[in-house]
Amino acid sequence: MPKVALFVTCVADQVFPDTAAATVRVLEAAGAEVVFPAAQTCCGQPAITAGEPAAAARLAHHHLDVFGALDAGEIDAIVAPSGSCTAMVCHHYPALLAERRTEAEALAARTFELTQYLVDVLGVVDIGARLDTTVTVHDACHGLRNLGLGHETRRLVEGAGATLVEMTEPDTCCGFGGVFSFGFPEVSTRLADSKLGHAAGTSARYLVSGDLACLMHLDGRRRKVGPGTVPQPIHIADLLASGLPPKR
Amino acid sequence: MLQRALHNLDRRLRTAGESAAAHPDWKDRAAAIRRETLLDLDGWLDRLEHSLVARGVHVHRASTPADARRVVVELAQARGARTVVKSKSMATEEIDLGNALEDAGLTSVETDLGEYIVQLAGERPSHMITPAIHKTLPQIRDVLAKEAGTDLAVDREALTAWARDRLRGEFLRADIGITGVNFAAADTGTLVLVTNEGNGRFCTTLPRVHIAVMPVEKVIPRLADAGILLPLLTTHATGQALSNYVTMISGPRRAGEVDGPDELHVVFLDNRRRTLLGTRYEEMLACIRCGACLNVCPVYRNVSGHAYDSVYSGPMGKVLTPLLSGGTEGADLPYGSTLCHACSDACPVKIPLGDMILALRADVPDPHSGARRRRRIFWTVWARAWSTPSGYRLTTALGRVSRGRVPGLQAWTSTRELPRPARESFRDRWAKEHA
Ligand code: SF4
Repeated sequence: MPKVALFVTCVADQVFPDTAAATVRVLEAAGAEVVFPAAQTCCGQPAITAGEPAAAARLAHHHLDVFGALDAGEIDAIVAPSGSCTAMVCHHYPALLAERRTEAEALAARTFELTQYLVDVLGVVDIGARLDTTVTVHDACHGLRNLGLGHETRRLVEGAGATLVEMTEPDTCCGFGGVFSFGFPEVSTRLADSKLGHAAGTSARYLVSGDLACLMHLDGRRRKVGPGTVPQPIHIADLLASGLPPKR
Repeated sequence: MLQRALHNLDRRLRTAGESAAAHPDWKDRAAAIRRETLLDLDGWLDRLEHSLVARGVHVHRASTPADARRVVVELAQARGARTVVKSKSMATEEIDLGNALEDAGLTSVETDLGEYIVQLAGERPSHMITPAIHKTLPQIRDVLAKEAGTDLAVDREALTAWARDRLRGEFLRADIGITGVNFAAADTGTLVLVTNEGNGRFCTTLPRVHIAVMPVEKVIPRLADAGILLPLLTTHATGQALSNYVTMISGPRRAGEVDGPDELHVVFLDNRRRTLLGTRYEEMLACIRCGACLNVCPVYRNVSGHAYDSVYSGPMGKVLTPLLSGGTEGADLPYGSTLCHACSDACPVKIPLGDMILALRADVPDPHSGARRRRRIFWTVWARAWSTPSGYRLTTALGRVSRGRVPGLQAWTSTRELPRPARESFRDRWAKEHA
């Protein structure tokens, strides 16, 4: 049985604990045993996007201390319900932690985004969830372009029996962008509207993505203007967990 | 309107991109050629100069925009020139050459149709490849009709015909033709120029003097390298397998030749480019100005080129503007990005634009230094707290108590709802369940 350490991410920990719990359920349904390193905090991404790499590096050192200390013989993988936080570790850590580059690269090599771990590492597309619904996918940017993800979420959706309806430009940014969403709220909001419009065009029930930040942005906009015919934004872990049989 | 225009361009580019995808190694080869050049930029420039001089070309080296302007204006004045025709060139925009020539009492006419329209309207180009893409056909009619002094029909063909007619006269009248350079081959001393309207060819053959302004990174080691770079440039710029005109210039008119200028001058423009060599931004000099990063950028598509308030816009402009100005211009541009990395993916010479935009947020000196200091203090305190589990627990507990009502969220909440912190964090839930 593969043993997985959950890299929960600060957003899931503090704002969306249900999604974190759903991630655990999905991993267990796929046959993994999950542990939670309690000393973890945040990967440091907010600081690096704000232009403060020194502050980000301090968090990165802590993250590397916590997860790097896990015995590779015992823990098979570190898994996060976020393409963006995974990309922080895999794409940015080796350069940010130049003096611990070898350690950082080893950590990056065993850190995975949830769908990446399920589909590409475990080779599982059917975790036993059953969904009788329609879904459209938003490709979150960092998963797509820093990690090369794309088909994984779609295969899991179809593996659960749901119908996939592609929107126009599923790979165009939703406009969140961290500090960008505060610094340039008008453009950020227009990009969200455009994404929500494309999603509505599919008449799907759910708008699924692998990044909570994008979903928070899209759902925040959707709630502000009223849902209308826009699909409900939902994280892939929540969607899959909703189709699992109730926990005994 | 802009979005539709860009969408149409995007569709054409996607088709072209698919044909380019038939040669997946082209990007790798192009990237390798550009990096090979940057490894010894000064060496290749010396070799280029040598080859150009051997062909009877005059080479001038300008380290600043002011130097470059002075070279061109002095050349024009020494020859008693009155009218200059220009073909579209970002380098001449960069050094604001048109205004310098006007200030020196010369008439300078842009001859690329889009650029001509923008010049008549008293504006700046909003896109490197399609300078007037922000204008609708009726707006273009108004601009041209004002210049013509008569009414013109809102008709693509008729407007183009009027402009062509008018520009023919300018070409015949001009004393000097000024162009940029797309590539300059060090081995043969050949200048390669890419245009779609044939105006570049008029500028380089009709006037007595041709002056080419060439940013230093335009040098390529071998003319044969253009075989890779040219089609990559045109497929990524306009979706064409090759542009309508590719002009290769190897010196001024020689005895027995029927056309070409009597004199050919090339101005090597540095403008801080060589200071980027050996830094993490060196690869930015690999840019071939194709505009692909603009076309895929969600922010550019939303705000158009003028919002950047700089010669270079879009993702490449966010990187190039602060670098070429030493941080005195465009210091805020790197923040106007969602960091989606669509630009990095689109770039035919594989410049990691997204990573550079991110790095520049820390590296560009901040014009509002007070704000930067406050920011640094905030993130330093945050990093101290969050790099220990107890600090993280304490601050997030405070966040829960305040129910997320912290100052500074207005920019978000005016257009979007913001979820509140959960009553119980995941870690607390986990600890309870696994006690
Ligand atoms: S940065 Fe790349 S994509 Fe953008 S203009 Fe330059 S070569 Fe083209």
